[in-house]
Amino acid sequence: MSLFDVIFYLFAAFTLASAALMVVSKNIVHSAVGLLFSFFGVAGIYVLLAADFLAVVQVLVYVGGILILLLFGVMLTQRITSVDMRTGTLQLVPAILAVAGIFVILFRVIRTTSWNIVPEAEAQFIPTAEKIGYLLMTDFLIPFEIVSVLLLAALIGAAFIARKGT
Amino acid sequence: MTVGLEHYLVLSAALFSLGLLAVITKKNAVTVLMGIELILNAANINFVAFARFIDTDLDGQIFAIFVIVTAAASAAVALAIVLNLYERLHSINLEEADSLAG
Repeated sequence: MSLFDVIFYLFAAFTLASAALMVVSKNIVHSAVGLLFSFFGVAGIYVLLAADFLAVVQVLVYVGGILILLLFGVMLTQRITSVDMRTGTLQLVPAILAVAGIFVILFRVIRTTSWNIVPEAEAQFIPTAEKIGYLLMTDFLIPFEIVSVLLLAALIGAAFIARKGT
Repeated sequence: MTVGLEHYLVLSAALFSLGLLAVITKKNAVTVLMGIELILNAANINFVAFARFIDTDLDGQIFAIFVIVTAAASAAVALAIVLNLYERLHSINLEEADSLAG
């Protein structure tokens, strides 16, 4: 087993353990912390997949943006001083069985499919930021603009919905 | 066995399963949102892994960026909805948001 494999297994175990902590934890703040470490683990996986730009975006947007947003949601909706931050579960056993079934099916599909792997996929690492910027301004210009307008509209809409007394 | 495409896909499937478990078992609306983010991350790992191993240009990574943007948009809107829910029901327990149930 090479060093690369060891690092992959470390990151994978880290990601899955944090995600499991997020699912299992009864305290919602602990869930958020689990999610935080899970996002960092996924960023590490991106680095192993030679997606350096995406790893940075993952840390900036998910950890710096979305997770903070979720934490604001927690803090604004649970009265921190009085109520405990517990979150209940329902139908736990059937849900675990169903999800385990789905995972087994996915696992079988992944193992039995013969993937068309490009042989020279193990090529050396090439920085991706420049290429992604180029692609966003040429081939993907229209989707890029549309998604910018979507984000703007969603944020304005969110601010409008969340205002008191509307 | 060296780490290849299948390892990433299995990791992604496991992450997806955990996210799905959070979505269908949690009562708290914010925790359900966290599960959705986990599922989107799993999908992103798939995109990037396929971009690395099968279609070796960067289309998959561009897709992943678009997924991240839509995830940010959905998190913002969902948080606004959760705040409204809290204002009306004084709770974000999804089982109590049943005014539309017959």
